[in-house]
Amino acid sequence: MVRRGWPMMDTRASILPLRLDRLGFSAGGADLLSDISLTVRSGRRLLVIGPNGAGKSLLLRLCHGLIQPNSGRVIWADGSVRPRSQAMVFQRPVLLRRSVRANLEYALSVSGMARVQRKAPTDAALRRFGLAPLARRAARLLSGGEQQRLAIARAWLLQPEIMFLDEPCSALDPGATRLIEETIAGFATEGMTLMMTTHDLGQARRLADDIVFLHKGRLVEHGPAADFFDAPKTREAGAFLAGDLLW
Amino acid sequence: MNSARSLLVGLALGLASLPAKAQEFITVASTTSTENSGLFGHILPIFQEETGIAVRVVAQGTGQALETARRGDADVVLVHARAAEEQFVAEGHGVERFDVMYNDFVVVGPSDDPAGLGLAETATAAFAAIAKAGSPFASRGDDSGTHIAEQALWETAGVKPAGNDWYLETGSGMGATLNTAAQVPAYALADRGTWLSFENRGDLEIVFEGDPVLFNPYGVMLVNPERHSHVKVDAGQKFIDWLISDEGQVAIERFTINGDQLFFASAKQ
Amino acid sequence: MASNPFVTAFELIASGNPELIQIMGLSLRVTLSAVLIGCLIGLPLGAVLALTRFPGRAGVIVLFNALMGLPPVVAGLLIYLLLSRSGPMGDYALLFTPAAMIMAQGILILPIVVSLTRSVVEDLWIEYEEQLRSLGTSRIRSVPTLLWDGRISLLTGVLAGFGRASAEVGAVLIVGGNIAGHTRTMTTAITLETSRGNLGMAVALGTILLLITLTLNGAAYGITQWSGGGGR
Repeated sequence: MVRRGWPMMDTRASILPLRLDRLGFSAGGADLLSDISLTVRSGRRLLVIGPNGAGKSLLLRLCHGLIQPNSGRVIWADGSVRPRSQAMVFQRPVLLRRSVRANLEYALSVSGMARVQRKAPTDAALRRFGLAPLARRAARLLSGGEQQRLAIARAWLLQPEIMFLDEPCSALDPGATRLIEETIAGFATEGMTLMMTTHDLGQARRLADDIVFLHKGRLVEHGPAADFFDAPKTREAGAFLAGDLLW
Repeated sequence: MNSARSLLVGLALGLASLPAKAQEFITVASTTSTENSGLFGHILPIFQEETGIAVRVVAQGTGQALETARRGDADVVLVHARAAEEQFVAEGHGVERFDVMYNDFVVVGPSDDPAGLGLAETATAAFAAIAKAGSPFASRGDDSGTHIAEQALWETAGVKPAGNDWYLETGSGMGATLNTAAQVPAYALADRGTWLSFENRGDLEIVFEGDPVLFNPYGVMLVNPERHSHVKVDAGQKFIDWLISDEGQVAIERFTINGDQLFFASAKQ
Repeated sequence: MASNPFVTAFELIASGNPELIQIMGLSLRVTLSAVLIGCLIGLPLGAVLALTRFPGRAGVIVLFNALMGLPPVVAGLLIYLLLSRSGPMGDYALLFTPAAMIMAQGILILPIVVSLTRSVVEDLWIEYEEQLRSLGTSRIRSVPTLLWDGRISLLTGVLAGFGRASAEVGAVLIVGGNIAGHTRTMTTAITLETSRGNLGMAVALGTILLLITLTLNGAAYGITQWSGGGGR
C-alpha cells in the first residue's frame, strides 16, 4: 500500500471497502436505480457499463455523495457519511475561471491546506500531468483534452483513496483518450481505487479489473472483468456485448 | 489574500475619511441670490480671517432655507422674505430678526421691449403692460422670495397670470429662469445681484427698475437653541453681530461686479 | 461678453484650476466610497440571495429589482429626512456632509449590485454546484469562489452603479447642500454654474466627468479583454 496523502494531510483510517446496501433512487415516479447492493474493494479498477439510461452516472453520484438515495445506504468502512478521501472527475470538466495553477491550488485550499503548503503539491501535479507549460494559462481556454487532464490532476491532488470517473473520455479524440487511459492505469498501479463509467467497451476491456453491468436501473452482473467478457452469465449482458442492447 | 484584504480595508478608510475639519464652522441657510451673486465668496473670507470660524452656506430658495432652519439643519438663516421671516421668529423658530442689507429687483426683457415697459411709471404699471401685450414672462414658480415678490406685483396690477400661454413657470432657480428668459426671449423679474453676475444674457437687458416696491430687504436670524439644542449659539451670534457691525456692513457695500454695487447696507445701529 | 464656453473650459482644465481639482477630488472620493460600500454590502448579499432559499426570498428579489429604478431624488429625500436634525439620526450631525452624500449614492448603487450579483451567481451556481460540492466546498466558501469567478460580469454591474452615482445630481444636492469647498460635487457644481450663466466652468466640469466615466469604462473593457480567458 502506497503512502496516501500529502505530508501535511492527516491520514485517517481507510474508507474502503465501500458497501452499497439495497440502494434505490427514483425521481418523478420513475425508479432510476433500484436494489443495488455491491462492494467496491480497495485497490481495484471497477468499470460500470450498460446501455444509455441504465443509471451509470447516477450510481457514481450516489456513491460520491452528491445525491442522497431514496432507499438503501452507502456505507464507508470508516463509518463516515461522506469521507474527504474521495474525488470525482466529471464527463464535462467544470474548471474555475482562473489559471491552471489557481484551479489546482483551489482544490487544496478547500481541503484546508495552508497557503504556504500548497506550492509543492501543485508543482508536483503540474509536472506529473504535463501541465507545467500551461500553468499560467486560463483554464477555460485549454483544449478539451487539456481541460480533462487538469480536472484529473485536480482530483489526484486531493490524494483520494477512491476516484470516481464519469465517462471521462467521452468528448475527447483518440489521442487524448489514450493519454487519459494511461493516466488512469497509472493511478491504479499506485494503489488508488477507481470506479468509472464508460460506454466504450474497448475502454472497459483495457482498464477493468471488475465489471458492474447495469440495465434499466438494476444491477445485472458484477464480477471479474475477464469472466464477464468471456462468458456473460445473463442474456442482457450477452446482448449488450454483441451490440444488440441499446437501451 | 490577506494583503489584498488589508489593501481593501485601507482603501475604504482612505476613501471614507475625508479631510478632517477640526476647524470650527457654522451652517448658514441662505438664498441662491446671495450665494450665486458671489457676495458670500467676498465677505466670508474676511469673517473667517477675523474669527477663525468657517461658514458653510447651503443656498436654497427662501421657503426651503426657512424649512431647513426650522428642522434645525442650520445655525443661522439669511433670507429675503420679510413676512415669512417675521412669522418664523413669531413661531419661535428664530431668536430675533436683524436687518442686514437690501438689494432690488429689476425687470429684464428683450432689448426691443415689445410691451413698452420703458414707458411705465411704476412696477405695477409695467406688469400690467406685460399682461396687456401678452408678451412672454418667465416666472420662478418656486415659492422663492423673488417669486413671492412677483406674485404680489401681479396682484396689485390686478392680473391673474397663471394659465395664460405667455406665462412660463420654470419651477427653478433665478439663474435657470434667466437662461429660459434669454432663450425665449421673455421678460423676467430678477434680483439685481444675480442679474449682474449672470453671464449668459443673450438679448436681455434691464427694461424697468427703481420703483421702491422693488426693494428687497434681507434679514438674518439665529435658529432658536430652545428648539434645537445643538445650534452653535456663540459662533452663530458672532456671525450675525459681525454682519451688522460697521465692518460687516462695509464689506457688504464693497462687493461689486464690474463696478456695480449689488447690496446696500441697512443694519440699524 | 460670453466667450465660447468650450474655450473657457479648455483653459480651466489646462491651467489646473484649483476649484476644479477640489470639486473633482471630492466627487471621486464620494462616489468611489459609495461604490466600495455598495460592493462590500451588495456582493455578499446578492450571492447569499442566489444560494439560499427562505420564505420571502422572492419578495426581497423583487424589491431590489424595483429599487434599481428608485428616483435618485426620492433616495435623497429619504436620507435627508433620516439625517436631518429633526430626523431619527439627527444627533450624528451628518446632513450637509460628504458622508451624507456617500449614503445617498450608496443607496442608489446597492440595488444594482445586489440584483446583478444575484443573477450572475445564480447562473454560475447552476454550472458549478456539482463540481464545488464534489471538491468539498461549503456553501459559505462557495460565495467568494462564485463572486471571483463572476468578476467580469460583476465589474459591469459595479460600473453601472458608479455611472448612476457619479451622474446623479438631485440626491447629493438635497443631502449635501452644495456647500462650496465642502459638499460641492461635479454634478451640483454643473447645475450651479449653469444657473449662474457661467457656462465655461459648467462645460469644463462636464468634460471632466465624461472623461472619468470614459476612462473607467475603457479600463473595464481592457480588463475584460485582457483577462478574457479567465472570464469565459
